[in-house]
Amino acid sequence: MREVALGYMPLVDAAPLIVAAEFGFAEEEGLHLALVRAASWSMLRDMLDVGQVAAAQMLSVVPVARALGLGGGTEPLETPLILSLNGQVIGLSADLPDIGFGDPVATGAALQRLGRTLRIGVPFPFSMQAELLTYWTERAGAAAVEVRTVPPPRMAEAMQAGEIDGFCVGEPWGSHAVDTAGARLVIPGSAIWSQAPEKVLATRAGWAEAEPELAGRLLRALWRAGRWAGNPANRTTLAEVLSRATYLDLAPDLIDRALSHRLLVTRAGPEVEVPQFQTFHDGLANFPWRSQAAWIGARLAGRFGLDRASAMDRARAVFRSDLFRQHLAPIGVPLPRASDKLEGALGRDETLPAVHGHLILARNRFFDGAIFDPFPAG
Amino acid sequence: MSETLTIIVVEPDRQRALQIVDALSAAAGHQVHVLGDGAGLARRVADIRPDLVLIDIASPSRDMLEELALASGPTERPVAVFVDKSDSGLTRAAIEAGVSAYVVDGLRPERIRPVLDAAIARFHLFSRMRSELAATKAALEERKVIDRAKGFIMRAKGLSEDQAYALMRKAAMDQGKRLSEVAGAIVTAAELLK
Repeated sequence: MREVALGYMPLVDAAPLIVAAEFGFAEEEGLHLALVRAASWSMLRDMLDVGQVAAAQMLSVVPVARALGLGGGTEPLETPLILSLNGQVIGLSADLPDIGFGDPVATGAALQRLGRTLRIGVPFPFSMQAELLTYWTERAGAAAVEVRTVPPPRMAEAMQAGEIDGFCVGEPWGSHAVDTAGARLVIPGSAIWSQAPEKVLATRAGWAEAEPELAGRLLRALWRAGRWAGNPANRTTLAEVLSRATYLDLAPDLIDRALSHRLLVTRAGPEVEVPQFQTFHDGLANFPWRSQAAWIGARLAGRFGLDRASAMDRARAVFRSDLFRQHLAPIGVPLPRASDKLEGALGRDETLPAVHGHLILARNRFFDGAIFDPFPAG
Repeated sequence: MSETLTIIVVEPDRQRALQIVDALSAAAGHQVHVLGDGAGLARRVADIRPDLVLIDIASPSRDMLEELALASGPTERPVAVFVDKSDSGLTRAAIEAGVSAYVVDGLRPERIRPVLDAAIARFHLFSRMRSELAATKAALEERKVIDRAKGFIMRAKGLSEDQAYALMRKAAMDQGKRLSEVAGAIVTAAELLK
C-alpha cells in the first residue's frame, strides 16, 4: 500500500475523494488515501505549494488564476481530472422581495427592479461561484453586485448579521442558509451554465510526470469513485458517509438535497427538482476540456484587465486532458477525439463518436444561449 | 521605511492573541494590532496598511484575506502577498507550524525573519498544547470505559478489582487488541444484557 495525502474541503463535492477512501476504490489501486480536511481554500493551496499534500480538491478557477499570476501562492498548479460539475446555488435574504426560482432571465430582471447594489458572498475570489455570478448579472441586466468573500459555513450567519444580501455557494451551505437563516434560493448555478467545471483535482505542475505510476492509480481510483458517487442507487449511503463528524459533520438530509437534485427553495418549501444540478460522472464530466479552462481564462481576463488571447492560451495548458487520456485509456474510459469543444452548444444530451466506440456528452447551455469558441477567428 | 513594522494578528481567541503579541513584542518594538475574524476583515486589514499579517493557517477566515492581493488590481503593487518569493524554507516552516503570513510586496526578507521566527515558535507551542490536550482527553475517556468494564466483571464474576483487570488484560493480549477495545466491547455487551 502506498500512502497519498489528499486535501479536501467539507463540501458535498468532496464526495469522490471520500468515496475513494471509504469504499475500497483506492485500495483496489494499492493506495491508502490520507485525507486532510482543510478550513480554507488558501490553506489547501499552501499545503499543495509546500508538498504537504500530493493533490487536493480545488476550485476549478484557482489553477487557472495561478497560471495568470492572480492571487496568492507560488507553485504552478494543474488539473488532470474534473471532480464535479456545478452544485452551486444563488440565494437571497428573506428580507428581499420574492423573485421566484430557477429562471435566470426573469430573476435578473426582477433584481434590477430592486434598484440597489446587492452584496453577494462567494467562497473565494477565484471560484466558479464568482464567475457564474458575474456572468449572470452582467448578461441578465441584473442589479449591480458587490462580490464579498465569506467562508461557506459563515454564509448563513453573515446574511443574518446583514453583512451580505445573498450568496453564491456550493452545497450544502446554500441549503444550510435556507434552514438556519431563512434564505430563499433564487437560481442554481446549473441554470447559468449547465456544464460548469466546479471542483477539480489539483496537483503541482509536473507532479504527474514525476510520479506517473502513482498519478495513474490515483486518477483511476477517483474516476471510479466519481462513477459510484454519481449513481443514484448509492445516494443514501453517500449522504450518510458524508454526514459523518470526520467529514462534513452535518445532517444527512441536508446533504441529500444536492445529491437528489431536489432543493428546498425556502424552509417552508416548495421542493423543486433541478436537472443537472450537480454531476460527478455522467456525460464525460471528469474529462478536463481545454475549452473549459479557456472559458475561465477569458472570464478572468475580462474581470482583471488582462490580454484575452494570451490568458486563454495560458489557461488551456492548465487543464491536462493529455494526462486524463494517458491514465484512463487503459481501463477503457471513452475518450473524445478532440480536447476542446464549443461550450454552450448542446441543447440536449448527444452521442458522439469517440476514439473507440461512442460517448455521450451532456446538455451544455449558457442561460443566454451564448456559445463559447475556444479558438475565436482572428 | 521606518524600522518598526506594523503587524496585524488575526486571532479571535483573546488568550492566544495576547500570547502572540507578547512573543512579537519581545522580538522588537513593533506595532501590533489584533483583529478578530468576521465581517469585512480584508477591509479592516487594508485600512491599517500593515507590513505583515499573521493568521492561523486553519482559520476559516483566511480566504477573506485573499481579497487583499486583489484590492489594488493586478497591474499595481499588491497590498499583500503570501510570504513566498523571498524564502521558501521560511514559508514551509511557517505552514508546518500552522501560521500563515502575508507580507507587503517589497519588504526585505531580513526584516520579516525575526518576527516570523517568533511567531513560528509560538504556534509550535500552540499545536503542542492542542495535541497534548487531545491526548489527555482520549486517555481519560479510555480510563472511564476500562473502569466501567472492570466494574461489570467484578459484579458478574465476583472478582476483585485486580483480578478483573488481569482478566481483561489477558483477553486483550490473547486477541491482539487494545485493552480499551476489549473494555468497550464489554461495556456494550453489558448494557445490552442489562
